[in-house]
Amino acid sequence: MTTELSAPPTSKPLRSIKQPRLPKQAPLIAVAVAVAAGALLGLSLGWGLAPIVVLAGLLYVIGLTVWSRIVETPRAATDRLITSLVWVSLIIALIPLVSLLTTVITKGAPAITGTFLSTSMRGVISGPGGINHAIIGTLLITLGATVMAVPIGLLTAVYLVEYGQGSRLAGAIRFLIDVMTGIPSIVAGLFAYALFSLILGPGTFFGFGGSVALTILMIPIVVRSSEEMLKLVPSDLREASYALGVPKWRTILKVVVPTAMAGIITGITLAIARVIGETAPLVIAAGVTDSINTNLFSGQMTSLPVFVYNSYSNPGSEVDVAVQMAWGAALVLIVIVMGLNILARVLGKILSPKTGH
Amino acid sequence: MSTTTTKSGSPKRRLGDLVFANLTRGAGLIILVALAGVAVFLTLEGAPAFSAGPNDLGGKSNLLAYVAPLVFGTLLAAVIALLIAVPLALGVALSISHYAPKRIASVIGYLVDLLAAVPSVVYGLWGIGFLGPKMVPIYEWLAEHLSWIPFFAGPASNTGRTIFTASIVLALMVLPIVTAITREIFAQTPRLNEEAALALGATRWEMIRMAVLPYGRSGIVSAAMLGLGRALGETMAVALVLSASGVVTFNLISSTNPSTIAANIALTFAESNGLARNALIASGLVLFVITFVVNFSARAIVARYEPGSKK
Repeated sequence: MTTELSAPPTSKPLRSIKQPRLPKQAPLIAVAVAVAAGALLGLSLGWGLAPIVVLAGLLYVIGLTVWSRIVETPRAATDRLITSLVWVSLIIALIPLVSLLTTVITKGAPAITGTFLSTSMRGVISGPGGINHAIIGTLLITLGATVMAVPIGLLTAVYLVEYGQGSRLAGAIRFLIDVMTGIPSIVAGLFAYALFSLILGPGTFFGFGGSVALTILMIPIVVRSSEEMLKLVPSDLREASYALGVPKWRTILKVVVPTAMAGIITGITLAIARVIGETAPLVIAAGVTDSINTNLFSGQMTSLPVFVYNSYSNPGSEVDVAVQMAWGAALVLIVIVMGLNILARVLGKILSPKTGH
Repeated sequence: MSTTTTKSGSPKRRLGDLVFANLTRGAGLIILVALAGVAVFLTLEGAPAFSAGPNDLGGKSNLLAYVAPLVFGTLLAAVIALLIAVPLALGVALSISHYAPKRIASVIGYLVDLLAAVPSVVYGLWGIGFLGPKMVPIYEWLAEHLSWIPFFAGPASNTGRTIFTASIVLALMVLPIVTAITREIFAQTPRLNEEAALALGATRWEMIRMAVLPYGRSGIVSAAMLGLGRALGETMAVALVLSASGVVTFNLISSTNPSTIAANIALTFAESNGLARNALIASGLVLFVITFVVNFSARAIVARYEPGSKK
């Protein structure tokens, strides 16, 4: 890709003031023609839907470019080519999302029943069991992670914004938190496992280990979002508080943090949504069990994602039943994650400070 | 620069202030300690694997021979994923920042964020249960017609659980990250540069090529590297999709595939014990170092260009 302004594209001397242009609906016409041609050709050759769509897309991109090349200038043709490619890439990117959601819903919905949600897999020998133990495990492990990650993350954000302005330590923390965002989730799981094997002896799997792993993944998200929110608090508010003789720490606790609270809560909710779907660290650190375990600190604990993974990869004797349950649990998981995402948006709207003072 | 801590001028240090300031600083230090702890504990638990023999290393003579094929698989899958994801992400980012009308752009942005919110295990399920079978005819066609290219040497897998399928799933998971960063950067292009280009008679693409892309180049590079970091470390999608046999091959469509570090850990951790588990932790340390270096350099690139690119 050329970087500097190269010589202006040479164009032939203008024959008329007005360059000929394609009609305004040219792209729509091209789409219609391409789809029709693609469908005609594809159906006559007996192709399926996917090749026809690909063919129609190709016809559209090439057809519009050639048309424009003939009627308009080469430069306009390039422009139309790129425009088409941008839209095509957008469609390609969104197809999997639609496909993924419809697949999970159609395959998962039949599995969801009252017993599926309210019982565990304990003692289930044949037929579908339930995912109650996995839901409880997910909630407890994530709760554990939230309880650890939120105070540390929030206090660090306060330090970065209020105390650490320009200090070298703050710079280092900020940079390493950025790097920490990229820690692979499985490495966080290995860390929790290695930590507790050294402290409690090898082969320790328990829910709290999973919480520690998730904490590592959650902290950077909490810090970054809270930091952004604290930065948005106008310094007028701080100065007004100082002018009244309020000490800095009380100003932070009573003025700055409450003002930014809406954004902070939104950020925390999004962070929870991010880690609640994590599988790899929990496979490593929290283990798997078939029964309900409500004690974070002893015994293995299944979470929802681990249940999905496990029932798909180790289906046992009744493969169909296990796979069906995996899809059902995946649907429940997606609903929880999407619910949290929507909740975050709603909370952000409701809690945002009333403007207009 | 470093002594302006009390910019707002609180008159004197009170006890409460001292306690609270140190509390927040302590929280920051905990994070540094935790990051160091990740490296330290992985090293402590991974070190015994240096003395491990073929019994614990799946038949490999030493740790290096054990990790090397996994590193190869990890890099191969991640690089293919990036080759798919980056052009797509640039297209999506441009459509949001420069092509779509405002209202549609925000909907697209929301949908891309949705793509980021889907848990990785669900991607894995989709990859193995939906995408894999759909890819089989394509692989068969490739093996039949393009087998002279080493990548498509075949024989084609009949389950679709190949490294290429895994890379497509990885690409989908990387796409939202790369899109989010590049679209921020594209949106920050100085308006005057764009309008100047248009005023000189540039078409929209020429304006993007001359004003937007040069401005965002470092951002694109670092976004791609952050995506690479994510793709390198992604576990569940690969573990579910790939039918791995730990070989070193560039053949992308057969049923014998290289494994990746992360997938190998997830697949074998529960069943292994003793030194085999230490070896897995050592391979995890290798993964940590690779992703750390990739992310570190990505952030360093961003930081280097930050003063110039702030607008």
